[in-house]
Amino acid sequence: MTEYGFFIDPSRCIGCQSCVNACAECETHRGYPMIHVDFIDRRNTINTVPTVCMHCDKPTCAEVCPADAIKKNEDGVVQSSLKPRCIGCSNCVLACPFGVPKMMSELEQMMKCDMCYDRTSSGKRPMCATVCPSQALAYVPMEQILRERREKPANLFFFGNEPVRTKVFMMVPPDVDAVSIDVLDYMWEPFP
Amino acid sequence: MAVPPNDEARLIERFGPHPQYEPPGGWQDESRRPAEKLVKTHCCFCGQQCGIQLKVRDNQVIGFEPWEEFPFNRGMLCPKGVKRYMQSGHPDRLLAPLIRESSGFREATWDEALNRVASRIREIQERHGPDAVAVYGGASLTTEKAYLLGKFARVALGTRHIDYNGRLCMVSAGVAYKLAFGVDRSPNPWDDIPLADVLVLAGSNVADCSPITTDYIWRCRDRGGKLIVIDPRMTPITRNADLYLPVRPGTDLALFMGMLHVILRDGLEKRAFIAEHTIGFDDVAASVKPYDPATAARITGVPPESIEKAGRWFATCERGFALHARGIEHQSKGVENVLALINICLATGNIGREGAGCVMITGQGNGQGGREHGQKCDQLPGQRSITDPEARRYVARVWGIPPEQIPQAGYSAVEIMEAIHRGEIKALLSICFNPLVSLPDANFTAEALKKLEFFSVIDFFMSETAQYADVILAGSLQEEEEGVVANVEGRVLHIQQAITPPGEARVDSQIICELARRLGHGQHFPFQSPREIFQELREASRGGHADYYGITYEKIDRQMGVFWPCPSEDHPGTPRLFEDGQFFHSHGKAHFVVTEYREAGDPVNEEYPVFLTTGRVVSQYLSGTQTRRIGALVDQYPEPRVEIHPRLADDRGIRDKDWVTVTTRRAEITLQAMVVRTIRPDTVFIPYHWPGRKSANKLTHRTLDPRSKIPEFKVSACNLRKSEGPPEGA
Repeated sequence: MTEYGFFIDPSRCIGCQSCVNACAECETHRGYPMIHVDFIDRRNTINTVPTVCMHCDKPTCAEVCPADAIKKNEDGVVQSSLKPRCIGCSNCVLACPFGVPKMMSELEQMMKCDMCYDRTSSGKRPMCATVCPSQALAYVPMEQILRERREKPANLFFFGNEPVRTKVFMMVPPDVDAVSIDVLDYMWEPFP
Repeated sequence: MAVPPNDEARLIERFGPHPQYEPPGGWQDESRRPAEKLVKTHCCFCGQQCGIQLKVRDNQVIGFEPWEEFPFNRGMLCPKGVKRYMQSGHPDRLLAPLIRESSGFREATWDEALNRVASRIREIQERHGPDAVAVYGGASLTTEKAYLLGKFARVALGTRHIDYNGRLCMVSAGVAYKLAFGVDRSPNPWDDIPLADVLVLAGSNVADCSPITTDYIWRCRDRGGKLIVIDPRMTPITRNADLYLPVRPGTDLALFMGMLHVILRDGLEKRAFIAEHTIGFDDVAASVKPYDPATAARITGVPPESIEKAGRWFATCERGFALHARGIEHQSKGVENVLALINICLATGNIGREGAGCVMITGQGNGQGGREHGQKCDQLPGQRSITDPEARRYVARVWGIPPEQIPQAGYSAVEIMEAIHRGEIKALLSICFNPLVSLPDANFTAEALKKLEFFSVIDFFMSETAQYADVILAGSLQEEEEGVVANVEGRVLHIQQAITPPGEARVDSQIICELARRLGHGQHFPFQSPREIFQELREASRGGHADYYGITYEKIDRQMGVFWPCPSEDHPGTPRLFEDGQFFHSHGKAHFVVTEYREAGDPVNEEYPVFLTTGRVVSQYLSGTQTRRIGALVDQYPEPRVEIHPRLADDRGIRDKDWVTVTTRRAEITLQAMVVRTIRPDTVFIPYHWPGRKSANKLTHRTLDPRSKIPEFKVSACNLRKSEGPPEGA
């Protein structure tokens, strides 16, 4: 069976919110989108960026959860909190380096993107990546993305000295191997 | 007198628009139960006509599933497509015919409503002649309905005056393509877009208006293709442009003439192609002589070096591809803008080849199919001219009437409203059109509607225009009647009937046939189903340019669409036109057509120094009759805002979210500002999907392109000032 990967390319995003609207159609959280699209700085640019769960190898959200309510499946998908365990403390919301989990106060539970587990586990593609008109969100085989795209996939991120490896790939310029988001990563002298 | 009941609050309470947030049965309850069937059909909104599977249960659409096998969109959908099904079971739905009394609308039986319409029309025609009645159609109708409506106007009513809301959309492109190529269709399939080396995107906000085309453009970029974007605003598609030309509104023509000047000056034209396949080159070459880059730059506000670069990139690549939309077409020189772009394509031999060509991005759902078979004021089925004696003879034979009984060409959409205003047209029958929101100069439209002696509307929701109607006939949503449409590529698609109309509402084609019967012309309207209408349409289109004779519903399903022309059942259809170098003019050559630059119809001056341009946002569609009733789409962009550059805003002391009054020579409206650096400082933008105090079309003007009769929505002169506060009712 071909292994599908999830790829995000913000440079393709047109901010249409199709992914967010489609997310709310998913069986496990009908009416509630788990992902979001943001304008980076609408005054100065039309650029937008979609955010879905990156599904970290070592999910910070799970590590900081005092109730042990967040589980990672064997296939690397990090699930929403287990409702009987979640105490609604929002630790995960604060700790996630990518800003993904949301406290759903109406449901008294943290919920997040689970890569459409009900769909992907039965051979369907996630709603957001299926409908995305720009394919800024894409769920396709790795060899297809390597063959077709100008950008290349990366899944290693540095937050300062903290490496985070994820199941979801970010499309980056061809000469970039890892995504660093902190000035520290570009400085010459070590910072204590 | 067609005057709306004066209690607006009560009208809105009863008929909406109410935003629907949940599927029929609710998110957690009925709609969670499995669907009874998945219906493979198409989105009801724009000209992309994306494939979609509707989930149906208990005769309601309860959700959707992407249709990944359909080749055009491969499962992709914009937010409108995702939420379109929320119209099912909508509380605002018209469930029975309505007749207006002094106290408001009351429900009526079909017999009473239809008899009222037939008798009032007969009465008015007896008193004032057949042309005192006009018909408005729409480009969201299936091709069967559009065909039927054209026949209804000409045979059952005998009026010259039928036109449609595609007059606000595709007509400039249509006229230009007919003049240049002899046929009105995008010559290339969309699969050609990724294969181009250089794409020119002229006046097309792809991200908001035709989102699915985005992925085609990005795939071109993945292959190393260059993207040139021409627009006074940086729309989202600009984020990856290799060259951005921020053209001053209304000056695109000078830009294109400047590009062609560069190409000819540098000797980059394809001489052999021009000699073999075109006529009229020398005159066009002479006409662009004065438009050197410096001159073109002075008119357009685009740097001369960018004009040079755009011209050279397009002329020196192997495969150049131009896409254009309403930005260049909604102008009083809309036809010439398109012609000038075509001239560039012809001069560089970029036409009729894989990855090379010139296409129009159709705006409305059936914008292509809806204009081919007879609801245009000057056209008969098969894209035939109504003035052509042979075409009249052919169609009259199909219809079983003498040719002289077919009326001559009538007024276009805006001209019909003007004829109503001056009292020449006394009655109007309208379907699938909300002119109060979508025509320019909305206050004029409101005045005109009030002058109608009789007004009847076929619709599924109470549009703002329908509030003026004497009789409203409760019609059908797209998913409630089978039929065909043609998408942006000229690919004919099959719309399936997923459900039947609720309550007493009826399918549109039955309403029209029933009216024809009551007007005494039943023998020409014996149709029991859309399939029967399609059989006659195939025959009526046979031998015309838009030849559907070889298309059947089954063949569409089998092939996932059939590109016209398709003259016989064993013909596969024609995805790419002109591949053999043959154009549709009788001599087989393409025409270069001379264009002449001139000022816009509502020029800026000291009093009105700022350009106003209007357009769409991604979550709304046309006049919003449908999309202003879907909660998620309303929330995404709840109100129109005025986009203003910080430099202009600072000059007027306006900050983001301030209330701003925008004034034109017609009217003023007050909206909130959206201060953004993504628009020219001499231009403001307002989306047009709303009525009343939010109506951008109160500001626009009725200047038409002399040939296409399209209004100049994209260029008005305005002024703006900071308002003390929100307007009344905000």
